[in-house]
Amino acid sequence: MPLTLTQRCCHLLAPLIPFTVVFIHLSDDDGVRQVFEEMRGLYDQNVAAANDSTADPDGTAISSIAIRHAALERNKRCLMAYVFNRSKKLRNMRWQFGSILPPEIKANLCEPEIQWFNSYSKCLARYMKSIGGQGLNLAQDVKPPKSLYVEVRSLIDYGKFELDNGEVVLLKKHSTHLMSRAQCEPLIIQGVLEQINH
Amino acid sequence: MSLCQSYVPNYFSIQDILATQEKVPCKFEMQVKHLGFLDPGSDKRDIEIGTSIELPLWMASVLNSQRPSIAEVGLPKIFKEAYRDIMKADPCVVDLHKLAQYFYEFGMCLCMLKHRESSEISSVLVESFKQRFRQILDWAQHSTIEVPESKKLDETEKMIYHMGREVGSSLYLWLTEGGSLITAADMVIQHKKMKLTQKDLLH
Repeated sequence: MPLTLTQRCCHLLAPLIPFTVVFIHLSDDDGVRQVFEEMRGLYDQNVAAANDSTADPDGTAISSIAIRHAALERNKRCLMAYVFNRSKKLRNMRWQFGSILPPEIKANLCEPEIQWFNSYSKCLARYMKSIGGQGLNLAQDVKPPKSLYVEVRSLIDYGKFELDNGEVVLLKKHSTHLMSRAQCEPLIIQGVLEQINH
Repeated sequence: MSLCQSYVPNYFSIQDILATQEKVPCKFEMQVKHLGFLDPGSDKRDIEIGTSIELPLWMASVLNSQRPSIAEVGLPKIFKEAYRDIMKADPCVVDLHKLAQYFYEFGMCLCMLKHRESSEISSVLVESFKQRFRQILDWAQHSTIEVPESKKLDETEKMIYHMGREVGSSLYLWLTEGGSLITAADMVIQHKKMKLTQKDLLH
């Protein structure tokens, strides 16, 4: 039996407190498994105690059953909060990084989370395609555009980038370009380009 | 991000879960079998009548709500009369981060237990929040350094402090640049920084 009930569950949640980290920590599969084990133990004990209540004339068994039951509910809540808050973070990441996550972050996810992320991306894409007949990219023009073209500077050696009209631009570090806002917006958000502000 | 991160109505709130994990003293009025391990000071199998243990608040509320109640729930140090007087005297100098990291949330949950001093606790909570809020607002709007002042704050106050800073800086950006400048996403910037520090560590 653990030293303190449900203590482990709170360890799971600690890295998810807002403001402590922006990123997702390594998924703690081991911790989750341990919590499940604790819950199974509690459940078995409760079943045993409930079946055995005839042998308990003064009715004190009910109090320990109540405590164990509360611990079970508590564990359930912690696990749900763990899953929910991680997927909330993942959802934010879809909007910030785009549909492809950096490998360092992907390494911290567990398999079901990757599946969830992919299906969320798919859902979102399907929804955006369905808006207004020809589709609408919701990730575009998050801030109201004031001009069609913007001046940008490349922050990294990105390589060749093909524009909508078939022209190919070479994005080298420190090179500046005048590009259509719609095309460079995703690159700016991903940190490849930087808008030059006059 | 919303301010409403507390339990009602949010079942998934991490803040509330951690706040209800704070401990309160409980005095058992009934024998509880097989749960002797909850008392770290004894190695008995059962909890006897009259044992006092510090238990997390969520468990204490269960003990309290059973009829007849299993245990009497006392007040934690920070909400006892002596500390309440300190909070009344000058709440701004108290280091809540050290004393109770979830002072407000914990206090509110504690009030729900219907302790006989609940009303006094709630008035202390409101009063100290009123007094401390001015200071937090001032820090959030005028400090230029990242965190140091927030060291004395409890978690709810920290959240307010960070929100204040964020809003202040986005207002400043909007006033100076007009808001149409496209910038990299927050997470992307953080990710870049993280990569850089990792590189530094390797070299």
